[in-house]
Amino acid sequence: MRLLNASGCLDALAAPQVARELDGFVTKTVTPLPREGSAPPRIAETAHGMLNSIGLANPGRERFLADHLPRLRELGVPLWVSVGGFCAEDYAETCAALGDVEAVELNLSCPNVDEAADSAAEIVAACRAATRLPLYAKLSAAHPDVAEVARAVAAAGADGLSLINTLRGLALDRGLRPVLARGSGGLSGPSLKPVALHAVAACHAATGLPIIGMGGITTGRDALEFLACGARDVALGTVLFSDPSAPGRVRAELDAACAEAGVVSSDDATGIAKSPENSRKVPA
Amino acid sequence: MSSVPQPSRRSRSRVAGSERVGPYTLLRLERGALDPGVPGQFFMLEAPGRLLPRPFSLCLAPPGELAFLVDPIGPGTEALCALERGDDIAVLGPLGSGYRLDVERPLLVAGGIGIAPLPYLRERLGGGTPVLLGFRSAAHAEAAELLPGAQVAIGPELVTDLVPDGYDVLACGPEPMLHVVAERWPDSQLAWEAPMACGYGACYGCVVEIDGALKRLCLEGPVLDAARVRKLQFATSRGGVAA
Repeated sequence: MRLLNASGCLDALAAPQVARELDGFVTKTVTPLPREGSAPPRIAETAHGMLNSIGLANPGRERFLADHLPRLRELGVPLWVSVGGFCAEDYAETCAALGDVEAVELNLSCPNVDEAADSAAEIVAACRAATRLPLYAKLSAAHPDVAEVARAVAAAGADGLSLINTLRGLALDRGLRPVLARGSGGLSGPSLKPVALHAVAACHAATGLPIIGMGGITTGRDALEFLACGARDVALGTVLFSDPSAPGRVRAELDAACAEAGVVSSDDATGIAKSPENSRKVPA
Repeated sequence: MSSVPQPSRRSRSRVAGSERVGPYTLLRLERGALDPGVPGQFFMLEAPGRLLPRPFSLCLAPPGELAFLVDPIGPGTEALCALERGDDIAVLGPLGSGYRLDVERPLLVAGGIGIAPLPYLRERLGGGTPVLLGFRSAAHAEAAELLPGAQVAIGPELVTDLVPDGYDVLACGPEPMLHVVAERWPDSQLAWEAPMACGYGACYGCVVEIDGALKRLCLEGPVLDAARVRKLQFATSRGGVAA
């Protein structure tokens, strides 16, 4: 089990000590051209979650490769580059320009840009042709059948899945105006966890691909549940905002949660969730 | 602006006491191993029962304690005001960049809850530093007791109209006030405010227009040279995390 950050939830250059606590650092999504991102306000707290509309703020491919990537390499943490764009060629060109990194995560589902809904497989196929690096497809659970999308990207050559991205949400202030300047934004945090667990279980059953599970993981027990549903690795997102020491804490709690569940190692926990038939007997 | 390494581990602090100051609450935490930092730097305080912590600049640094002035304007700040002696919360800080203290003729100017960082700032500058405070009501102006000898403007009178020439202005307050200060005193230092989820550069939520581009206030500030923010394009109202 590897512990990563969810893309966009940590700046390893601003907080290298936090990044070094992880088994891999996932960058903010890199797009071909620089993006300043959305106007503020960009964040809103909700019941058991938060909304963000950062708007894929990033320095763009050229500056990322020339400036950011070399400095990230100096951290000594395996690097996962999150790649975004507006058409398959955007993604493929960035993949082709990436050299020695651990893996590429294809952001197929950022809710803050127009979504390439039915072109997930096309994007993956284009990237597959452009790089031999491991390709993880990050999917949204907003699709009515996320397992269908998972099967499509698996057939197109994805090596793994990142599940899940935020879900689109809206929050109003006291004056009934959207809190976020863009109106809606991506919902993250504990309120996302049940949705994410279902997506992980469904995609694990549908594809058997390695899955990085994420969505509201706050404790080691949460991480164990993602593994039990079929994730091989897990990523921390919103919890990093309130607790930069979460990586070490969650790791320690996961060991304890495994012991309590009778699991020898978190590496043995993938897919061990019981089926409803086994665990729920109707009392006589 | 002064720059210090950003802490990466939260610690827990016990509440040493909590006092009403006008409509505000002065929340006193046991200092433990926490560094009070430079005036104008901030701490992320866990808001009990809420997902996200809230940012506060340090108000006072009595021996063995760190004190924060809290305005109960939303669920998070109300939860902080309800804390009692002996409770404990998670604390991360000090974060960001504070005021430069190497100024020749400092004058402290604040509006409303913007008074928060001034008591510690004045202590570090030397007790005799002059202070101008503006409040919207006499009840709010009770907070002036934190800065003995301060000149106070209440209601329609604007604190910015009281500022004499020839001073190095160090200000904190609502955004319209800071814009006026930035325009009139281009060499002033301003403690800015923005909704923040993390306080250490991770969430990208606290951007304001700095040097003509959207930049993270938690890393660039919160204290900024006026010249860096004079051409604000966006109305960065309090918004975002509901305090």
